[in-house]
Amino acid sequence: MSLLDQITGGAGGLSPRAVILRLCAIGAVTAASASGFAYAGGWLSPGRLTPERMIDGFQEVNGVHPGFRRNHAKGLCVEGRFESSGAAAGLTRVRMLAPGVVLPITGRVALAVGTPDAADAAGTVRSLALRVRLADGEEWRTGMNSLPVFLVRTPEAFYEQILAGKPDPATGKPDPARMKAFFAAHPESVRAAALINARTITSGFADSTYASLNAYRFVAADGTETPVRWAMVPERAPVAQGAADAGRADPNYLFDDLEAELRRAPLRWRLVVTLGRPGDPTADATLPWPSDRKTVDAGTLVLTGTAAEGPGNCRDVNFDPLVLPDGIAPSDDPLLSARSAAYSQSFTRRAGEPKSPSPVKDPPVQGAAL
Amino acid sequence: MSPLFPLPARLLHWLMAVLILAMLVIGVAMVGSLADYHTLVSAHRPLGILILCLALIRLAYRRRHPAPRLPADLPAWQRVTAHASHVALYALMIGLPLVGWAMLSAARYPIVLFGPLVLPPIMPASPVLYAALRGLHTVLAYGLAAIVLLHLAAALMHGLVRRDGVLASMTGWRQPAHPAPDAALRR
Ligand code: HEM
Ligand code: HEM
Repeated sequence: MSLLDQITGGAGGLSPRAVILRLCAIGAVTAASASGFAYAGGWLSPGRLTPERMIDGFQEVNGVHPGFRRNHAKGLCVEGRFESSGAAAGLTRVRMLAPGVVLPITGRVALAVGTPDAADAAGTVRSLALRVRLADGEEWRTGMNSLPVFLVRTPEAFYEQILAGKPDPATGKPDPARMKAFFAAHPESVRAAALINARTITSGFADSTYASLNAYRFVAADGTETPVRWAMVPERAPVAQGAADAGRADPNYLFDDLEAELRRAPLRWRLVVTLGRPGDPTADATLPWPSDRKTVDAGTLVLTGTAAEGPGNCRDVNFDPLVLPDGIAPSDDPLLSARSAAYSQSFTRRAGEPKSPSPVKDPPVQGAAL
Repeated sequence: MSPLFPLPARLLHWLMAVLILAMLVIGVAMVGSLADYHTLVSAHRPLGILILCLALIRLAYRRRHPAPRLPADLPAWQRVTAHASHVALYALMIGLPLVGWAMLSAARYPIVLFGPLVLPPIMPASPVLYAALRGLHTVLAYGLAAIVLLHLAAALMHGLVRRDGVLASMTGWRQPAHPAPDAALRR
């Protein structure tokens, strides 16, 4: 018996023509299902910006530094606690912000650079990422930048901006024409850049304000939702970066200063939650909210110590901005889902790569402490 | 005419068929999408765990209520292939969600199902383990997709060409007995 006969099993009295037709139909259904998967997976639209292409973009510009984050690559772990004031308890049902709650915190301060060995520079964006573990396995993770607004509104614009900053192989510097073209295509980024350039650059990590930039929603026990943005505002009065700091020889001076500070005494930030009003832009991180919006002082972050990135600490955590507890929900900001997807891709790549020590040591090997 | 699968088995089969197809589509769509990633992955976790629970129920049910026998005239290699593919389907319906759960545990993500409901980790935190399990999740998911397609083609072959009651035993549609001379051999 031929293979075809074995498969069709004599075809239960169908004519050969009917058998062929039916076999074709089965092939068509199976092929259509397979194409359905291919379509859903985006393989039929290869030009689309995917998480993989986004992270490839970072690698194209910065090179690959195995084991390190594809952005905010240079960092240091921090630890401390969060002391809730209870002032935001009416706005969100998250237990962390109930009155009197104190929770241990781990986190990471970093510079928004794609290479782990870039020298510290005053103008580089600083970041603070936090991870709070609540009862019953819930967590709140947040990554905040020392900026008043974000430079871009969409993930596609972010991708264009990274590539526009790619050093030209001939000069070793980004091609100014590409950056000009980027800004010409993105007037919202021109407006954001004006606000960003006007910011006060403070003396270090210890007196920087770190902002969520993206909007979220606080969900109260009764389901009421409030659009919010939050920021960690230092209790210490910020000091503008002095001219003397600009020429510091220690390539890790910002990190080493923070280490030295925290060895002396804890540092404190207030979690300031800004409440949006109807009509405030929640889907555009380039736009500030009006300055008269009500703010709530939800509690105090107390940082008590630092540790160099290493196995099992902040190095191995993805500070995904959409790891949220019940009571805090994403807004319609397109950057949020894109960040979650891109960070996952970055995390997956670096998790599987061999690790090497961060150039940021604890205690420092160079600089003030020696 | 073949006897039918009992009604609970048929209901479980078709419910899980829809869920698994949806999960495969959600899975490949989410890893390729910046805009929909969060929405899709938030559905992917609870649906995957639902599949795990349903698969365990289904396996337990099947042990008490064995499947109707395949037609006697089915060549041995098809019998073996059918059996092997069914074993693989069960293994993947249980193994794939477990790998998903384990990989998120190793990566130290909270495994949020919905609202405040979070599953406990089932694997120690380890980036190396995460990377390996994440790769395995993809391989197993594509394997499942391939077996699902094979299963679909074979089911249609039984229903449209062989017309031996095998497809009907799961759809529950009573087919008129066809006039094949060896019909008497079939059960
Ligand atoms: C679509 C836009 C964005 C993309 C593609 C992007 C990309 C990335 C990537 C790939 C990482 C490394 C993640 C890891 O491996 O763990 C990262 C880290 C980070 N990003 Fe973004 N980012 C975006 C927007 C933002 C925005 C709007 C903020 C605003 C606050 C932000 C703040 C941070 C912070 C604080 C970190 C460091 C977290 C840590 O220390 O682990 N990013 N970003
Ligand atoms: C029958 C159940 C499941 C099926 C069919 C399935 C299918 C898939 C598929 C097709 C992918 C994309 C793979 C790739 O292209 O790399 C994927 C990724 C993923 N799955 Fe599943 N999955 C299942 C269960 C689960 C469960 C139970 C969890 C977690 C609790 C889970 C978590 C994930 C995550 C986190 C990703 C990748 C996200 C990323 O890389 O950013 N899956 N899954």
